[in-house]
Amino acid sequence: MALRTEELILNVGPQHPSTHGVLRLEVELEGELVVKVKPHIGYLHRCFEKHAEAMTYPQVIPYTDRMDYLASMYNNFGYVIAVEKLMGIEVPERVEYIRVIMGELQRIASHMVALGTYGLDLGAFTPFLYLFRDREKILTMFEMTCGARLLYNYMWVGGLSHDLHPDFVRLAREFIQYFRPNIVELNNLLTYNKIFIERTAHIGILPADTAINYGITGPMLRASGVNWDLRKNDTYSIYNRFDFDIPVGQGHVGTVGDCWDRYYVRVLEMEQSMRILEQALDQLPEGDINSDLPKRIKPPVGTVYQRVENPKGELGYFIISDGSLNPFRVKVRGPSFVNLSVINELSRGHLIADLIAILGSIDIVLGEIDR
Amino acid sequence: MKKAEEIFELIKSSFPGVTVELSADMPTEPIISVDPLKVHEICKFLRDNEDCKFDSLMNLSGVDDANGEKIKDEDDSEIIKGGTLSVYYHLHSMSLNHKITLRASAPRENPEVESVDNVWKAADWHEREAYDMCGIKFLNHYDLRRILMPYDWEDGSYPLRKDYKNPEFYNGMKVPY
Repeated sequence: MALRTEELILNVGPQHPSTHGVLRLEVELEGELVVKVKPHIGYLHRCFEKHAEAMTYPQVIPYTDRMDYLASMYNNFGYVIAVEKLMGIEVPERVEYIRVIMGELQRIASHMVALGTYGLDLGAFTPFLYLFRDREKILTMFEMTCGARLLYNYMWVGGLSHDLHPDFVRLAREFIQYFRPNIVELNNLLTYNKIFIERTAHIGILPADTAINYGITGPMLRASGVNWDLRKNDTYSIYNRFDFDIPVGQGHVGTVGDCWDRYYVRVLEMEQSMRILEQALDQLPEGDINSDLPKRIKPPVGTVYQRVENPKGELGYFIISDGSLNPFRVKVRGPSFVNLSVINELSRGHLIADLIAILGSIDIVLGEIDR
Repeated sequence: MKKAEEIFELIKSSFPGVTVELSADMPTEPIISVDPLKVHEICKFLRDNEDCKFDSLMNLSGVDDANGEKIKDEDDSEIIKGGTLSVYYHLHSMSLNHKITLRASAPRENPEVESVDNVWKAADWHEREAYDMCGIKFLNHYDLRRILMPYDWEDGSYPLRKDYKNPEFYNGMKVPY
């Protein structure tokens, strides 16, 4: 007679280091195999969208910082260009360049956290420390510019809060020189580490059509082999002036769209961001950053949906204006929110230990999922 | 690549008898209004049609239009009677690289909109959020639960409604601080 078996329900989180925040996964297990994952979110819900309705347009900017707190610059970026599009404002050249420089530095910093903590999830402690050491340099540059290390409130509608520090350009160049060899070091330490590959190759494979249907964007979509980057495909700001490549997953050590590909696409993206940075620093024009700052921000009646390529994927702002000083409705389409929704599809049939690897490879920030 | 006007004409000719309207006077993007009980059919058509191929749903948002009659209730707070709640769909075609915005408005008293979660899986969580925040009921959604608010949050209390009032107590805890 066969032994009677039954499924086991296991709660991962809400307080667990590998959930990258306060996330609860209700996992249905058959032995060690995952049958179903049901994410429960909302533990950090602050109803940003309701707050935004009570604020004037510029007052919303600090709230956007607090969504994806590892990529605050880019959250500002998306919001301000959405409002500018609604109002039909053109910003000075120098502002555009500084925004791109900040955005790309932020992308590198965000990927550093993603890669470092991913190593940590899988038991590699050292790369995390190295990456955080290097990230510190970026945060120092941000701090020099606007006084804050994490939540910047740096980009304003029509301008910026501060011009660059006189040392900024030199430091940024030094950083690029310093960080390039460190990527090689990271590859030697972690990327091509045998144990790391064993843990990530062929795990959590996401086929391209599933990814598109789920609305997956950013490095995760590119890892599935889709050549799609909003900076190129639906360009905004001045990204069309720069020469850079879009890395896509190729399945070097496993299958296209597995955890290793998602990891490696981010490594390659850091290099591409540095290419953009170099060009932007070379072309950076002089000028007054706040010459066109509008006195009063009061967009006309209408709606706008503006999306930007946040480090984690497509960050969209849908703003409805009723012609007053406060937005009528702000809806944020966060990349982490949408990317997390595919986790059940990814982890079905894998071991419970691989669930942690899969979750880490999505690179979520709960502050943005719950908003 | 097609303009919103052309797509509008295409929907109009493919679905005779269904109300569709185009508001083209918006400063940034024209909006196509569709019948909330035909959304699923129209979205499926937009995804599968050779000239449209809207393979990705960028965003789906629930909105309280607050266009009803504003009246005071007994403790002097404003409530809204009548009017509509809307769902906005931002669609994009990766292969043909065009975008459109759809809007489905349902009456506030009975806000029923068809679910599109089996057209694009991306709609699943967005619809749950719109239900959670604005109280829009998505017909045929397989798992319409609250997503961001606690599961035991009071029924009929939706934070993003314009006439939402904070509850005084939640599970015996005083809410206003």
